[in-house]
Amino acid sequence: MSGENQSVEQPTYRVVGTRPIRPDGVDKVTGRAIFGADVRLSGMLYGRVLRSPHAHARIKSIDTSAAEALPGVKAVITGRDFPDPQNKVAASGEGTVNLRSLAHNCIARDKVLYFGHAVAAVAATTPNLAEEALKLIRVEYEPLPVVLDVLEAMRPDAPLLHEDLRTNEMGQRSERPSNVANHTRHERGDVEKAFAEAAVVVEREFRTSMVHQGYIEPQNGTVLWNADGQISVWCSTQAPFDERSQIAEILDVPVSKIKLTPAEIGGGFGGKLSVYLEPLAAMLSKKAGHKPVQMVMNRAEVLAATGPTSGSCIRVKMGADRNGCIVAAQAWMAYEAGAFPGSPVDAGAGVIFAPYRIPNVRIDAYDVVVNKPRAGAYRAPGGTNAAFASESVIDELAEQLGIDPLEFRILNGAKEGDRRADGPVYRRIGFIEAAQAAQAHPHYSAPLAPSRLDPTGKNPAIKRGRGVAAGFWFNWGGKSSAWASLNPDGTVSLIEGSPDIGGSRASIAMQLAESLGVRFEDVKPAVVDTDSVGYNDATGGSRVTFGTGWVAYRLGQKLKQQLKERAALLWDVSPEQVQVEAGMFSCNGHRITIQELAAKMHETGGPIVAGDTFESEEYGPGFGVHIVDLEVDTETGKVQILRYTAAQDVGRAIHPSYVEGQLQGGVAQGIGWALNEEYVYDADGHLLNASFLDYRIPTALDLPMIDTVLVEVPNPGHPYGVRGVGETPIVPPAGAVANAIYHATGVRMTTLPMSPARILEALGKV
Amino acid sequence: MQAFEYVAATSVTQAVSLLKERGEQARVLSGGTDLLVQLKEGRRYASLLIDIKPIPEVNELSYSPETGLRIGAAVPCFHLSNQAAIRQAYPGLIDAVALIGGVQIQGRATLGGNLSNASPAADSIPALIVHHAVCDIAGPAGRRELAVERFCTAPGKNALDVGEFLVAIRVPPPPAHFGAAYLRFIPRNEMDIAVVGAAASVTLNKQGDIILSGRIALGAVAPTPLLAEEAGAALAGRPADAEMIEQVARIAQHAARPITDMRGTAAQRKHLAYVLTRRVLEHAIERARTTT
Repeated sequence: MSGENQSVEQPTYRVVGTRPIRPDGVDKVTGRAIFGADVRLSGMLYGRVLRSPHAHARIKSIDTSAAEALPGVKAVITGRDFPDPQNKVAASGEGTVNLRSLAHNCIARDKVLYFGHAVAAVAATTPNLAEEALKLIRVEYEPLPVVLDVLEAMRPDAPLLHEDLRTNEMGQRSERPSNVANHTRHERGDVEKAFAEAAVVVEREFRTSMVHQGYIEPQNGTVLWNADGQISVWCSTQAPFDERSQIAEILDVPVSKIKLTPAEIGGGFGGKLSVYLEPLAAMLSKKAGHKPVQMVMNRAEVLAATGPTSGSCIRVKMGADRNGCIVAAQAWMAYEAGAFPGSPVDAGAGVIFAPYRIPNVRIDAYDVVVNKPRAGAYRAPGGTNAAFASESVIDELAEQLGIDPLEFRILNGAKEGDRRADGPVYRRIGFIEAAQAAQAHPHYSAPLAPSRLDPTGKNPAIKRGRGVAAGFWFNWGGKSSAWASLNPDGTVSLIEGSPDIGGSRASIAMQLAESLGVRFEDVKPAVVDTDSVGYNDATGGSRVTFGTGWVAYRLGQKLKQQLKERAALLWDVSPEQVQVEAGMFSCNGHRITIQELAAKMHETGGPIVAGDTFESEEYGPGFGVHIVDLEVDTETGKVQILRYTAAQDVGRAIHPSYVEGQLQGGVAQGIGWALNEEYVYDADGHLLNASFLDYRIPTALDLPMIDTVLVEVPNPGHPYGVRGVGETPIVPPAGAVANAIYHATGVRMTTLPMSPARILEALGKV
Repeated sequence: MQAFEYVAATSVTQAVSLLKERGEQARVLSGGTDLLVQLKEGRRYASLLIDIKPIPEVNELSYSPETGLRIGAAVPCFHLSNQAAIRQAYPGLIDAVALIGGVQIQGRATLGGNLSNASPAADSIPALIVHHAVCDIAGPAGRRELAVERFCTAPGKNALDVGEFLVAIRVPPPPAHFGAAYLRFIPRNEMDIAVVGAAASVTLNKQGDIILSGRIALGAVAPTPLLAEEAGAALAGRPADAEMIEQVARIAQHAARPITDMRGTAAQRKHLAYVLTRRVLEHAIERARTTT
């Protein structure tokens, strides 16, 4: 198949593509929504965590007796209170998690591996009392040498984080212990020969710092380990079912003993796919005599001890022929996994050359542990680092060849049937269309004044430039389950298990409404606990509108079929004879609405209910192309973003406002990552900027309005053509900003963030 | 966070006697935008907070062209920038005050607190210095005055003795053809602490081409906000032109002795001291030329 939209007849939708008000909107804007920290249970205790002041140390002893003796303290726990799980791998978002690592990350056993690593926890009658009790816990540490930098950690003589860690060297387990957990290679063609024959070759090394998602709501968990062994958990999570399994494994209890209720979520961006506090709160609850325990992190804990994304070192070499065709690309990528293996370097390897058709490729990807917090997923994990590197090199290639940078990308752009550098062959994708949309946008042809005078009016210190970059994300489907039941007034209750982090209650309900033929307002979606709906993969990997949307579509079809049967019964015809058009059922001159059928359901056979589960094995690859105008104050090194446009192939925008919001949000985070965000450690591995004052995410004053262009090339793997949209937009910004800085100043920035100090240095001003 | 006692003092005498009695255990509470956060985060300790807001004198804000400005230590920043006559007379101070927090914070935060907190990066202090501001201090031995540039002694430490507190800040009336400005560098456009701050004030001759006198003060380049005395001295009697500005900026840069921390590197700060002095001085001269 080829051409435009293959999966559905060229559609005219009634609900898809409209912009209704979200069902959860009123509660959120009035403050009524119940977030994890709003949960109140009778007799609830408050838990706090004692965290390591060292980045790497052996725990020699822990004395909790003084804390236990403090009046009001109800329980104190350490790593010894927990069973030691096996090295077992479980699902976590799009990736996997080693449960033993996860358990040891939640609370240290013999060693602490990063500054802020949990060592003990206290439950007390008030949060302040719990905090004071922490000061009474005596921990004796034997500090060990610290390794923070990914390249230093790879050296054979580097201090080892895990004595039992061996490198998985392309499938072979190495003999010597190492901080390198994994080395993967993707190879095709003959890169050496192609580079030798290329007309132009560019090679550069890039460094990026560890950065955090910066969600507004800190991690929290409220747990009651009841006397009958049933464990109830309320928490802020993207992955209720995955986290339920993680808690079960860490506590060594059957998964069926745990009911997890996902509360409203104040941002996740991948950071809420695995547990931190929940197992500790559970153990405290049990030890305190089956009292509920609530734990809420403060911002310093969130930054120091949850999962940021990897810092990295990436070397990229690309070559093109005289006609501007990319003939070869090579990447060497080493990502900091933090304290335990599992960086997103393999995803980075999938992203790095994804938009382009390249005959000769070699990618080496290394996953490396360092004394920093265990890396978690962050919106297109690994992608931004990778595209920063490749898109900078592509910009330089285009410049050397004298080709417009967007034209160069289109010339080399991947299409249906092309094979991605790390393996898979694309079905219908919309990279070319997205790039052409960017090219045709008025932004790209608008004149940009080269500079303006600085405030003194004497020096042309402020330089302006424009940059472009592309990006890619996989967008998986995964497994989803949901229920729908028809109410007597013709409305539908939709029961789902995908936490809503980006307007998905609306986008899922819209797909059910479209499929069944009712109004959006007639579908009432609810996200429920793990006992009340079948299994759902995480809300992650941009999969929910795609994967859970698939189930909503099928539920609509199933309800419609049952309604046809009811109508057939009323008219004494066969269900196949019944026609349906926009919620109206008809046959042989009979007509009946869904509302009328619903009112008659108890006379025609009883309740009308559908449940379904579906696994989409398809992906919906998404590509974005961004344009940025900015100015650099070459005397202070400060960058101001002036204009930003993001074009993206979104498959089909179910709710265009939320799709635009996803693009704008991804760009905002990407600009923060590009310009100012970074973990600043001292030489001993103490995190120095664990606050939003000094970990500098962009404020509203730092960003212009971000323009979006929604390009719709329907995904053949989905009934409405949906592609995930949330992650792609964070991939291009760092590369686009770097390219714009170059075009403004003539300096190629190769380190993130491109902070004022780094820009001054690159300009030779300091 | 530890529990603490709270006393709402109603007179200067009462506050002084409580401060004397409890010594290091007691802290003065004004707007609380620094102190309460520090107590919560365990960065300061106090067993007694003495709230000075009920004392009438520390809430007074008065200005006259003859006697100048008197700012009670508990006057919220918002009141300063809200008065046109004050904005006109003390432009450098208003530049700084407008930067201290968002609207809600400005309704609570005080200049007295910003000064007493003695941060090397405090925005208001370089501005107060170039406006020749003086601290009015009450203590067991009565009242004394101290120039603002001598008030801070180290990061987070000030010149107050046991039993003393800051009652008010007095700023003399500006002479004719006076202009002042404050500029800071932050990586974002809000919500940051100054990487470097610079304030300048100048008094011009009637023609507006010669500087009669002036001051330069820098923030975040030394353990305390810094009066760059040599740079100030170099302004006097010089033509208000680009060459002079360049030279004075270099002298000010020379006075900066910054450190490297997570907010900026020493080299970056040294460089910014020069750039900001140049820019702020230009700005102050422009303002002096447009005032009578």
